Amino acid sequence: MIIDKMNKQLTIAGKSYHSRLLVGTGKYKDFTETRAAIDASGAQIVTVAIRRTNIGQTAGEPSLLEYLPPEEFTYLPNTAGCYSADDAVRTLRLARELLDGHKLVKLEVLGDPKTLYPNVIETISAAKILVKDGFDVMVYTSDDPIIAKQLEDIGCCAVMPLASLIGSGMGILNPWNLQIIIENAKIPVLVDAGVGCAGDAAIAMELGCDGVLMNTAIAAARDPVMMAGAMKKAIEAGRESYLAGRMPKKLYSASPSSPTTGLIT
Amino acid sequence: MVSSKISTYMKISVNGNLKQLDGEIVTISALIVTLNLTGKRLAIEKNGEIVPRSQFNEVSVREGDQLEIVGAVGGG
Repeated sequence: MIIDKMNKQLTIAGKSYHSRLLVGTGKYKDFTETRAAIDASGAQIVTVAIRRTNIGQTAGEPSLLEYLPPEEFTYLPNTAGCYSADDAVRTLRLARELLDGHKLVKLEVLGDPKTLYPNVIETISAAKILVKDGFDVMVYTSDDPIIAKQLEDIGCCAVMPLASLIGSGMGILNPWNLQIIIENAKIPVLVDAGVGCAGDAAIAMELGCDGVLMNTAIAAARDPVMMAGAMKKAIEAGRESYLAGRMPKKLYSASPSSPTTGLIT
Repeated sequence: MVSSKISTYMKISVNGNLKQLDGEIVTISALIVTLNLTGKRLAIEKNGEIVPRSQFNEVSVREGDQLEIVGAVGGG
């Protein structure tokens, strides 16, 4: 596990990625901005939602896939908006068909439309079905270390606890739980949801997370493309800070950085 | 005399909306053309079962069928 943590690359379900920042593709002004922000973020894995196609739309209307070709990015279809295991499984089976047998998916089952808090009971039952069905499941969950471990035991390929609620931008509210999850996990741990600014992303990485998944923090920034670049640097800085190992905290040290000898008297 | 050309139609549900189509039977491929979705990347469920893209030419749609046609959109 320690060797794995030292690896430069993030490996998920047997595939390695040099970027540890995963981004969503929602809430942007248009597809041009989506593409520009994703390019600035350096992300290789992008989440997409599965929705009913507009019937009767103009034939030439552009689609997300034209701006983010699946050959260039690893698509991570999600189950956003699903409130039951059945709906989530159904959505991802459609996604697999849509993306030519693509197996890597993001499972999220929500429990409450007001807070978007995950329903971990439904999440666990969906994860069991999906893993058995051959999917590589990256699973969004609460920051409960016991649930995170159970999802790993079921066979999920990555566990993605929230930092705070989806779209809240509240940052990392329980670093202690995240640390326990990271310490116990033998699969990648990614913070998903709640990151609000580059500082939050850096803190997540300094805690030892393997990566961060975000959407709103970039898309809802005043300048999404600039924020995407900031996030890329924060993820890299946080990772290096984690690997470098921080100095121990002391209330005081009596050990100044400048020499204590040779002072003019 | 009754004309030899009897006009028939069927009603199906597409993404929750009722659609009336000419004829009694149509393949998924033909339906995609009718709905102006040619060339779009999509996945289709008929009466709760996924129809693999390889079978769009063979699988048919009849009166009362319920179809879900989905695609990938921006999301987090």
